[in-house]
Amino acid sequence: MTNSFADFDKAKMFFIIGSNMTEAHPVAATFVKNAVNNGAKMILVDPRRTALAEFATMHLPLKVGSDIALLNGLMHVLIKEDLYDKEYVKSCTVGFEELKAAVENYPPERAEEISGIPAETIVEVARLMAANKPAMLMYTLGITEHTCGVNNVMSCANFQMLLGNVGFECGGVNPLRGQNNVQGACDMGALPNVYPGYQKVTDPDAKAKFEKAWGVELDDKLGMMMPAMFDGLGDGKVKGMYIFGENVANTEPDITHVEHCMEHAEFIVCNDIFHTETTRFADVVLPATAWSEDDGTFTNSERRVNRVRKAVEAPGDAKPNWWIFKEIAKRMGQEWESNSGQEIWDNEVSMLAPSMTGIKFSRIEGDGLQWPVPDLDHLGTPFLHKDGCFTCGLGNFKPAEWTPPAEVPDEEYPLVLSTGRRLYHYHTRTQTGRSGGLNELLGEETADISLADAKKLGIANGERVRLSSRRGSIELTAKVTPEVQEGMVWMAFHFREACANWLTNGVYDPVSQTAEYKACAVKLEKL
Amino acid sequence: MAQMKINGQSVAFEPGQSVLQAAQANGIKIPTLCYLAEATPTGVCRMCVVEVVGADRLLPSCDTPAGEGMEVITDSPRVTEARKAILEMLLASGEHNCLLCEANGECKLQALAYEYGLEAPATLPAKAEFPLDDDYPVITRDFSKCILCGRCVQACNEVQVNLAIPAPWGPRQDQEPDKGWFPLVDYENCTHCGQCVQACPVGALTEKKAKGKGRSWETKKVRTTCPYCGVGCQLWLHVKDNQIIKVTAVEDAQPNRGRLCVKGRFGYDFIHSPERLTTPLIKENGEFREASWDEALDLVAERFMEIKKEHGPDSIAGVSCARSTNEDSYNMQKLFRAVIGTNNIDHCART
Repeated sequence: MTNSFADFDKAKMFFIIGSNMTEAHPVAATFVKNAVNNGAKMILVDPRRTALAEFATMHLPLKVGSDIALLNGLMHVLIKEDLYDKEYVKSCTVGFEELKAAVENYPPERAEEISGIPAETIVEVARLMAANKPAMLMYTLGITEHTCGVNNVMSCANFQMLLGNVGFECGGVNPLRGQNNVQGACDMGALPNVYPGYQKVTDPDAKAKFEKAWGVELDDKLGMMMPAMFDGLGDGKVKGMYIFGENVANTEPDITHVEHCMEHAEFIVCNDIFHTETTRFADVVLPATAWSEDDGTFTNSERRVNRVRKAVEAPGDAKPNWWIFKEIAKRMGQEWESNSGQEIWDNEVSMLAPSMTGIKFSRIEGDGLQWPVPDLDHLGTPFLHKDGCFTCGLGNFKPAEWTPPAEVPDEEYPLVLSTGRRLYHYHTRTQTGRSGGLNELLGEETADISLADAKKLGIANGERVRLSSRRGSIELTAKVTPEVQEGMVWMAFHFREACANWLTNGVYDPVSQTAEYKACAVKLEKL
Repeated sequence: MAQMKINGQSVAFEPGQSVLQAAQANGIKIPTLCYLAEATPTGVCRMCVVEVVGADRLLPSCDTPAGEGMEVITDSPRVTEARKAILEMLLASGEHNCLLCEANGECKLQALAYEYGLEAPATLPAKAEFPLDDDYPVITRDFSKCILCGRCVQACNEVQVNLAIPAPWGPRQDQEPDKGWFPLVDYENCTHCGQCVQACPVGALTEKKAKGKGRSWETKKVRTTCPYCGVGCQLWLHVKDNQIIKVTAVEDAQPNRGRLCVKGRFGYDFIHSPERLTTPLIKENGEFREASWDEALDLVAERFMEIKKEHGPDSIAGVSCARSTNEDSYNMQKLFRAVIGTNNIDHCART
């Protein structure tokens, strides 16, 4: 996030798109609701009427996968009615003419045709946004999990820059990170293109720096992204795989394909705390310490590096993951010095990642620090790009054309399936399924469908149904709900038998390689 | 800054502050029960009453605005007598038997009764006179211990804004005189976040899973970060005998300021599951067998070196973990880059 959670309850205007915050980030949502109760306005853009809709000034139930058309339509109005922040655009950004030319083709009427949001609503929202500044834009996986995910993100950024909302408290572009430490895993360079602190593996200076620090020669080629890794197992390009704490057999799209790929591996190692559907494919399973059994840090969505502390001893012979990697390195010929979470952070991470130089364990005993923290006296950065002075210089408008999802409903598969998370469980229930009470609060998956489709198909609430896509078929209980719009089915991926990923489409954004979990074509039958 | 006098001492306050806030900001203690910092003051329990020079009645300091030149006395005999009377009434109002109460040692009513030197009432009302809501899995609501302070109502409606404990609320005779009024829950809206439990100053609302597991003086409190979503809420783990028995929110901490959701508060005991992996496993003829760390680690290193030699470093790929610590992810990418020799390292950020 460019901004902080502390901004949420002080904000006066929100634009929330593709984020079911009350279920996926419940505590963040409480601050948004507080702000609304104090008079803030909120535009909620979501195909579903999620719980935040009750608090929204306007809820825009757009069609699945039409975000760019809607955002371009809003920007069209802002430019046409001369409502955008001209001073900001002039002094803080580049590429306005290209943006203007691109959104010229999205008059509200065309945006309506694609998104289903009435043209007059689009005009009204654009005017409301222009009149209430700054506004915080929040998004989650509803924006990124599309074949046009990167363009969706760019469109959110274009919109906020056009409004002059980036670089201020209670403004900015704020992706709420899904997992506790997905931000940190990126920051640490668990990505095929960057070292810790986003230093590019293709940059000779960065390579030289890490070669010196680690005392080895490094490769300057980009590595594989996850989808290519699995395809690589399937076609023999990848022989060995190390899977650390991920239940990919349930979380990746098109389970049948992923499992087929893993069956072809020559050698798979898993570090985990439980057997999962994925460890079945392993040749070696290494038992790891869990959360609260070791010391370290997590980095949250607002770039805050927070302490995680050991509270109890791990069971049996389980060992910290960092220790496991260190021991394998030793057996492959390298001795690493750091011998605890603190030594790894203080002596390596903060020495190598310039944005984290000022973060040491001794400084984050309390509330942690938000990077960038360039030196030991720096108090952290609650929001980025202060006053529109972008980290990279000028904010770069990257106009995007709307593209439909890779698979759209047709005669055979007439409904669109969109997927996500529910409040009471987390991902594949490895943790929540073993925490007392949570299974009682939510014990099974449902196919959430609209009243209109339920009526059309003669399905009553609670009846068993079969839901099928071109990749698979599952049986589960139907939940008839006003949350879901006609023509749409919604479900989560928490339960193995009724996991949405038997059905989801393994197609990816060409740049980010993020899968299109939010849209595929399905058919629904009463059992 | 505006000035007022508290107990004869001149203190500065910000306009808009209540007398209670002005006192707290100047390190002067006034006891409270119903006051919930993040919600609108209600003044319902009257525990925080003070004498204000010029006012006939004692005034609740939480609900009385501080004023320029105001003179306040927080601990006069009159104030003390009033507080004692309130405490006596509360102690007699329900089944306040500390002996078996989950809140023993953490109860504000117990602490105040002790501080003001009260005697226990001769008879306590029978438990059966009060509703008990124990049907849901994570929270027990025992209204025999409820003091009708309304903090749970405010925590639900004003802090979490789940609107699951219907207002209006207040002295029970104003509601249904026959049955009495209790802050019962509308489970259509309840998210089981437990903010009401966190707010309850007595033992009326308690964490069901913690029952009988340990009392406050027997536990060690460890601050940590929640393992679920990307908000990064700050938690207190209550630990006894190598077990987490309860989780509460760290008040006044960023980013969650004392708030949690159902997973953060109640999704902790997976670590104690008997299904945990406790020893390295090696697959032989399709079955896993137990192995020592040396054997398992040697095998992993040996197989990776073989594959690297035969097919090159780019034939090995790693999926790191967005759930584990930064330090774990750092070491994994270092293993891939510095030891195996490939940038084939990724994690689920993109999927």
